[in-house]
Amino acid sequence: MLMKPEQEEQIRRTVDNPKIQLAVYSATARLKEKREEAVASEALPEYQELRTQANRIKKHTLENLDVYLEEFEANVEAHGGKVIYARNGAEVADFILGLARERGVRMLVKSKSMTTEEIHLNQRLEHHHLEAVETDLGEYIIQLAHDRPYHIVAPAVHMTRQDVADVFEKNLADPRTEEPEKQAMIARRNLREKFLAAGIGISGANFLVADSGAVCIVENEGNARLTTTAPPIHIAVAGLEKMIPRARDLAVFLKLLGRSGTGQLLTVYTSFLSGPRRGREADGPGEFYVVLMDNGRTRLLADAEKRQSLYCIRCGACLNACPVYRKIGGHNYPGAYSGPIGAIITPQYEGIAKDPWLPFASSLCGACAEVCPVKIDIPKILLDLRKEVVEDRAVHGGGFVERKAFQMYGWLMRRPKLYAMAGRIAAKMARLPGAASIGPAAKWGSVREVTLPARKSFRDQWREREKSK
Amino acid sequence: MTPREEIFDRVRKALGRKPGEKPAPVPEPRIRIPEIPPERRVALFAGRLEALGGKVYRAAGLAQVREIAAGILEGAAAVCSTDPLLEKAGIPGLTGVAGGFQDEPSLRAACALAPFGITGADYGLAETGTIVTRSASEARLISLLPPAHIAVLPLSRLLTGLDEFYTVLPKPADASSSTVFITGPSRSADIEMILVRGVHGPRVIHVIVVDEEHATNR
Ligand code: SF4
Repeated sequence: MLMKPEQEEQIRRTVDNPKIQLAVYSATARLKEKREEAVASEALPEYQELRTQANRIKKHTLENLDVYLEEFEANVEAHGGKVIYARNGAEVADFILGLARERGVRMLVKSKSMTTEEIHLNQRLEHHHLEAVETDLGEYIIQLAHDRPYHIVAPAVHMTRQDVADVFEKNLADPRTEEPEKQAMIARRNLREKFLAAGIGISGANFLVADSGAVCIVENEGNARLTTTAPPIHIAVAGLEKMIPRARDLAVFLKLLGRSGTGQLLTVYTSFLSGPRRGREADGPGEFYVVLMDNGRTRLLADAEKRQSLYCIRCGACLNACPVYRKIGGHNYPGAYSGPIGAIITPQYEGIAKDPWLPFASSLCGACAEVCPVKIDIPKILLDLRKEVVEDRAVHGGGFVERKAFQMYGWLMRRPKLYAMAGRIAAKMARLPGAASIGPAAKWGSVREVTLPARKSFRDQWREREKSK
Repeated sequence: MTPREEIFDRVRKALGRKPGEKPAPVPEPRIRIPEIPPERRVALFAGRLEALGGKVYRAAGLAQVREIAAGILEGAAAVCSTDPLLEKAGIPGLTGVAGGFQDEPSLRAACALAPFGITGADYGLAETGTIVTRSASEARLISLLPPAHIAVLPLSRLLTGLDEFYTVLPKPADASSSTVFITGPSRSADIEMILVRGVHGPRVIHVIVVDEEHATNR
């Protein structure tokens, strides 16, 4: 079997949970819709051209990565910063722990970073009694709940305001509230103290810019700005593949990233940072480090075809478009990255043998490739990986692999009642007559349109389509 | 081998490249600057920013900047940056406005308490409703810690968008450790996708666009 019984059971539970089905379905529907509006030809006539250019730039950068790494490093140093190379997560943690020890730092703040999620940085630091506080609202909730992110751009998408109220009540001194606005203000107050007291701020990087020695970070809340400004030391942790040649290339990437992720023309804050605070500047960190991490990336680089998996700018569009992600949710993917991008990079970072079912967690419908702003051919890579799994199994004596190599989607389809029921319950709950006008939902509706799941599920529509063929 | 050497070695092996080998020619950057006349720019900028919950004002000269700022503040305390334009407009002289912070601890303490932060804007981007602040001219915390931000943007600094910005400033890090694009008030939708403003950064942003001819004539 490709999948362990516990994994099957876990997926069954997700599919069977109408609360999670509704939350994930409506959030992804909303993000999908926002993206579609933002890249529609009336809104952005140059969309396809931008995608082509983004793809071309990423391809070129990775093909010449050694040169850009050198250029990046030289420019960071010219601006008074330092570049650290880490082969794996342990080396990233060692560097941070070493610096914290030297500077006598006991608490640090973090802004959202999938890369540090990938290497379980918080656990590694906490193991050595260094407190690492997540500051993105969603990540903060997740951290307090001892949970893990559900979605690349919306980490707490599976939780309701009641869940958040429970988590806050258990962990914080503030009075209980189920209003998201008030919950956000509780987080603001509690985290403000942390920002001002922290000795180190750790961020990720959306882009590493070679000609500037700069990290570019996009966000909406301001926590990344605070993380990279308030503490005396800023450490950016990024995978090698985040490199782009020039600041000018951001004109292309920034236009694509916000629109593809959340339908925004630009996210609220885009920070472009290089080096520590300079002579006449009034504030900012006194020390600036960029940790460039490999952790499996160079292995991918070697395969000219699969190398394109490294083009990803983590916009999350492929998750929102994926019928499998929307059904099984984020936690059923092993590793930090879920959805179609997770299905192609996790097996390549960690080796195909660990979760051989992962490349099969797709219906190969092609929706992911269609929305990907950097044009990664995800279905093609999934097929290549499937082939590898099958070959690997054949070599290792799995003679009946062909028969057992089922599609995840097929697995769900073989449980028709369960699958259909979960989807229909979610759709019905949102359509109950009063659902949008009473209680907390009224507030929701007053701020924005309540997104309703399609009356007919994807599955129902699909069945009809199949019938009418 | 050090981690650095090993990573370079792995990268070069994976790509079949030798140390010192020249890179393939880099694709031309894609820069397309739209033509938008200045008056249209202001309308576009205001429309974009207001759609995000920001407020935009138009001042004919510096005296009017001061008037508008006073109207927004209504006597509330504010921290003001050292931008010469703000000084010329007499913003630091308004009741409750503190400026001229030289050392970081006192700046930080003031920003943590003040309900308003007032800065200049190095540039504006009309297509997205964005203002650009650079640490070379503005303290970073003034536009970040207070719950409301007022920025003064000279009309001549209102660019069309990202493409023009990167043409004017192809290497933003050369003169400034930080260049930040601010597009509307701080926001989050992390709880049930419900929009909340002012999660960490300011929940309100006011931009006063000032006609520079009048500004410099004074
Ligand atoms: S693979 Fe493409 S669509 Fe998916 S997160 Fe990455 S960039 Fe976005």
